[in-house]
Amino acid sequence: MLPTIFYIGLSVLLFVIGVCGVLLRRSTLMVFMSIELMLNSANLALVTFANQRQSIDAQIMVFFVITIAAAEVAVGLALLVMIFMRKKTTNIDTMTTLKG
Amino acid sequence: MELVIFVITAIVAIIGAVAMLVSRNAVHSALFLLLNFGAIAVLYLLLQAPFLFAVQLIVYAGAIIVLFLFVVMLLGAERDEEDANPIRWQAPVAITMAVLLVGEIIWVLVRQSQDSLARVGSSDSDFGSPAQIAQALFTTHLLPFEVASFVLLTALIGVVVLHQRQS
Repeated sequence: MLPTIFYIGLSVLLFVIGVCGVLLRRSTLMVFMSIELMLNSANLALVTFANQRQSIDAQIMVFFVITIAAAEVAVGLALLVMIFMRKKTTNIDTMTTLKG
Repeated sequence: MELVIFVITAIVAIIGAVAMLVSRNAVHSALFLLLNFGAIAVLYLLLQAPFLFAVQLIVYAGAIIVLFLFVVMLLGAERDEEDANPIRWQAPVAITMAVLLVGEIIWVLVRQSQDSLARVGSSDSDFGSPAQIAQALFTTHLLPFEVASFVLLTALIGVVVLHQRQS
């Protein structure tokens, strides 16, 4: 197997690209996709450590993360559709209802 | 051989992620994200996780991306965006801090890689097989497994309730 650091480095790069997506894009859909990218890079790091330690527990944890991500996407997209129906835009700067 | 596959897959993954980030059209972004998920699935195979390879393809590529595409096309929000960010200093600051973050993590990793990132034990050819995953999932991790099913049910009911109130 290749050195662990290769995989972790790739995971870090993907995570930071996801962070940039959250910070730079103004569409809620794009922000959501970037969050999925970050979840995936964290999963990649977990699988790498599972292989490095030859321990199955991290792979089980990735399985649960994927489950929760699926639930989160379903609820999140439902919320997005509702917000779009009300505001007619997906621009994240228009969502200021909680602003004091 | 392993290195060649890793490098090609890593390049594909990074290209997918960056293209997702810069693409103006949300449908293109979702498809580039699919490319990225596929590349990560290949890396799972390299890392002795065939079960997660299948789960990644089925759940992420098969379900989540399709859901994204459905919503983007349903809303007609492909190009709904970018009339210049009202916070003008945000982009340069965000990019600077992202570069700093990468540098910092890589520095820590390189410093640590001698001891804590070394390989532990010998690799077992049976490691990560679906049988082994099932063994751990239905014995040690049975309670989280049941809780996960409950979370999925809650999400399902939540989505139905959200859309009922709307109509």
